[in-house]
Amino acid sequence: MTCAIQARDLTYRYPNGHVALDGVDLHIEHGERVAVLGPNGAGKTTLMLHLNGLLMGEGGLEVAGLPVERGSLDELRARVGLVFQDPDDQLFMPTVREDVAFGPLNMGAAPAEALERVDEALAAVRMARAADRAPHELSMGERRRVAIATVLAMHPRLLVLDEPSANLDPRARRELLDVLETIDQTLLVVTHDLAFAAELCERAVILSGGRIVADASCREVLADETLLARHDLELPAGFDLARIERRPRRALGVHNGERCSAFSTSMAPCC
Amino acid sequence: MSGLCNHSLELTGLAGDPASPVHRLDPRAKIVGLVAVTVVAVSTPLRAWPVYVACAVALVLVAAAGRVPPVTIWRRARVVLPLVLFVAAFVPFLRPGGAEHHLGPLTVSDAGLAVLAAVAAKAAIGTVSAVLLAATTSFPSVLRGLEGLRVPRLFTLIAAFMYRYLFVIVEEVHRMRIALAARAYRPRHVLQAGAIGRSVTALFLRTYGRGERVHLAMLARGYRGTMPELAPLRLGAADAAFIAALAGTLVALRIAIGALA
Repeated sequence: MTCAIQARDLTYRYPNGHVALDGVDLHIEHGERVAVLGPNGAGKTTLMLHLNGLLMGEGGLEVAGLPVERGSLDELRARVGLVFQDPDDQLFMPTVREDVAFGPLNMGAAPAEALERVDEALAAVRMARAADRAPHELSMGERRRVAIATVLAMHPRLLVLDEPSANLDPRARRELLDVLETIDQTLLVVTHDLAFAAELCERAVILSGGRIVADASCREVLADETLLARHDLELPAGFDLARIERRPRRALGVHNGERCSAFSTSMAPCC
Repeated sequence: MSGLCNHSLELTGLAGDPASPVHRLDPRAKIVGLVAVTVVAVSTPLRAWPVYVACAVALVLVAAAGRVPPVTIWRRARVVLPLVLFVAAFVPFLRPGGAEHHLGPLTVSDAGLAVLAAVAAKAAIGTVSAVLLAATTSFPSVLRGLEGLRVPRLFTLIAAFMYRYLFVIVEEVHRMRIALAARAYRPRHVLQAGAIGRSVTALFLRTYGRGERVHLAMLARGYRGTMPELAPLRLGAADAAFIAALAGTLVALRIAIGALA
């Protein structure tokens, strides 16, 4: 049985010498919902770009059962769906339908099958009515949901969302949570919206200075004010963690009924 | 922003009845047919008026079949036409030949007037052809049609991205202008224009950054250098009939007139 993400001592240095990831150890099981929290510049987006081989650092990285290396990129990109922070970066085709079909067609799906997947993915994010519209005609919340559909259509095992709640008004944020709670893939949510993480994720890690500095249940991490403050994070004023009810997973997607061996970041051989 | 989008859609988007036989034609048929009308009009000698009339009649028929309202055609054509006609308007005063008429200090020649009339006809026919193509074919379909006509993929891709991101960039420019105005920026002489230059630089850098992010997003979804195609184009009997009726007839007429001359 494989893990959703298994990173061992992952290190990445940008060409200008800036060390963005400084020995990241992270272990995530299939079916988990994990929030990656951290201040700006902590390396969150760099980590995300590693997960389907857009960047390749040193150290060991296995994602969705595949080692991240040149030979596995096509399969890896089918298994790992990245949703970028700005939907305008993600939605580059003239119509929503063509954009959602882009991934499946690249994976070799026949047009008829791709169209089926488009309908299914748009229905999953409640945007079926927008298929023939242009991305610039949609609201920010709608664009964000369509961006999620563009990767859902590829039937990924792991969904990685970069700052999904950024620039959303409260209603669009709520609608996004409603959509995300129905998704049964493994979810990695990169964010500094702690309240959003509290509602969606059962586990949280803090990435700071390119390292994982905390890894526990979301509630534990968010309750530790000193820890949060040390890494430039804080809950909104007056926020009562006890009153937040985490949204249950509608259908837990544990593959083959098996689970990974450990729920920890210990570097014991995985699975 | 929505105002801006509505405005530009009014000038560039589909018009008329989207279910009309013209709207439903293969984009390649419409491109070939309407480009043929323009080429025939442009290549016709100055005084071969039957050809201009035939082209105009063809365009009227296409507009009627596509149920594109004349007022829409006029609104869109008037954006382009004045520019072309402005240049042609000087010809009667500059080109000697034929009888001359005196208008105060200016002299107008018959030959010049003939050129003006022909250029105006060519410009109007070319512009209305383009307007009809745009009114009956969405921009993405035009690009797919061009691709089907063997226009290099690189050009159509660049045009497609330009179309997609034009709205995003215009929005950014709009925000920058507001930000400048909010800090009381009202340039009164050329030395104060520096802020505009710096805004343009910032815009270029942002656009460049966006280009890189879009490329990453494409790679993340399995892009390997070729754009996938959702539904291949198919030329049907209606498309062939459209090309034959429009391009065939006009080109034949043009050749016949050329032979007579």
